[in-house]
Amino acid sequence: MSILVIAEHDNSSLKQATLNVVAAAKAIGGDIDVLVAGENCGAVAEAAAKAEGVNKVLVADNAAYGHFLGENLGELVAEVGKGYSHILAAAGTVGKDFMPRVAALLDVAQVSDIMRVESEDTFVRPIYAGNAIATVKSSDSIKVVTVRPTAFDPVAGEGGSAAVEQLDVVKDAGLSQFVNEELAKSDRPDLASAGIVVSGGRGMQNGDNFKMLEQVADLMGAAVGASRAAVDAGFVPNDMQVGQTGKIVAPQLYIAVGISGAIQHLAGMSDSKVIVAINKDEEAPIFQVADYGLVADLFEAVPQLEEELKKVM
Amino acid sequence: MKVLVAVKRVIDYNVKVRVKPDNTGVDLANVKMAMNPFCEIAVEEAVRLKEKGVASEIVVVSIGPKASQEQIRTALALGADRGIHVETDEEVQSLEAAKLLKAVVEKEEPKLVILGKQSIDSDNNQTGQMLAALTGMGQGTFASEVVVEGDKVNVTREVDGGLMTVALNLPAVVTTDLRLNEPRYASLPNIMKAKKKPLDNMSPADLGVDIAPRLSTLKVEAPASRQAGVKVADVAELVDKLKNEAKVI
Repeated sequence: MSILVIAEHDNSSLKQATLNVVAAAKAIGGDIDVLVAGENCGAVAEAAAKAEGVNKVLVADNAAYGHFLGENLGELVAEVGKGYSHILAAAGTVGKDFMPRVAALLDVAQVSDIMRVESEDTFVRPIYAGNAIATVKSSDSIKVVTVRPTAFDPVAGEGGSAAVEQLDVVKDAGLSQFVNEELAKSDRPDLASAGIVVSGGRGMQNGDNFKMLEQVADLMGAAVGASRAAVDAGFVPNDMQVGQTGKIVAPQLYIAVGISGAIQHLAGMSDSKVIVAINKDEEAPIFQVADYGLVADLFEAVPQLEEELKKVM
Repeated sequence: MKVLVAVKRVIDYNVKVRVKPDNTGVDLANVKMAMNPFCEIAVEEAVRLKEKGVASEIVVVSIGPKASQEQIRTALALGADRGIHVETDEEVQSLEAAKLLKAVVEKEEPKLVILGKQSIDSDNNQTGQMLAALTGMGQGTFASEVVVEGDKVNVTREVDGGLMTVALNLPAVVTTDLRLNEPRYASLPNIMKAKKKPLDNMSPADLGVDIAPRLSTLKVEAPASRQAGVKVADVAELVDKLKNEAKVI
């Protein structure tokens, strides 16, 4: 078997999710090549070459891939990937965008968002917002699979020495152009891979009050997330949403503040190791999954939490 | 311009999902079904494009059993002009759904196809992208804003780091995210009017598409449940437990 892993990156650095996907590839077994498609992404290729268990790094460096447009990546990955038994990518917004195109161009099904590898053709994935867990078997010759990064412990990012090979395959479908992007700038860790996440919900009442959570998060080196209710209400931007349709997180510690715990939110965080809930409604469903529940007014509890943390951190 | 909207009949958003005791799937017997929420957003966006004078006709298509006509009628009540029902009692997976929709696109030649980004049953997030690839169209996935300008559509997409805007040549495929719009409710007069709107019925065979599934579901289980933990009395106790018991800070 031979597995092609599509690297997730921002043209300058390799995202940790790639190391999680390589771990999923190792669970399948076989030679693992990594494709880095981007623009001026040499540093990413070097980083990918150091990842544990990688056989070869293929680099497609061209302006056509600079913004990860699904039309162009889809054609590239279908072309490069047709010689492999498996094509894997992280189930982030880039992978979710281009991978189904790859599958369609290769006339195979895609298995989305796998949490576990049972065998080379059988995978475990959540359905119904994680309310059911399905084991599915693919009968296709090439398995196109997106991987839930938090479900696999990452391979080591250092120590490997894979060969790096430049590809001169340029696929510009000419169907789409990048116009602009508004990316959140934050010094905090990436939400999807942070060890600690502090999230706020509708109970935060407005965006300004999220500053309280940011202060607590910064004491612990945590990322800040939000429930859909807080995003829909306009308190915070969409990239902070944790849940079925937002980001899936599984940190060591998840602190839910003023979040009632809708099933769609739980689908995004219930694999966290330790869950803390702070909510004034003791009937809130979040308490049913919380290891530690504090029934309290968050506007009193969060400043107290900040003070207590200052004593111990 | 003509807009094609695809809608799917799924378990109602508010229904508690239960896995069947024999682990063959989810229990859908006597369960309330509804239009997939992301598809409602797709219908709403098409209706708004028509209200702005951008769309001239809205065709709504659904693939599924006879009862899927209810969801087509709902879309017609919300403002779609006519419906197409691709009727089958078989399971239709994403790739096969995309092939059926491709056949409909070839008949109807819409300038814009709008779909939900995923259905809340299979959570695949594939069909729109597959349809775009099969028809050679550009795709604006996870859309939070759609602006048609001349022969292009600008789509603002919800991506991991924030928002990204792409310009797509028309015809194009758009898949909806949560914040694209807030769907309206159908009024009673419009529900009555929708009953008289045209609805074509066809089979996958009529469209020349083989819908045999590529993926087989071996079993479906309930997720491992988390046990509720303890309630702490105050913040000091919480921090103490996190530090000394859970050892996570």
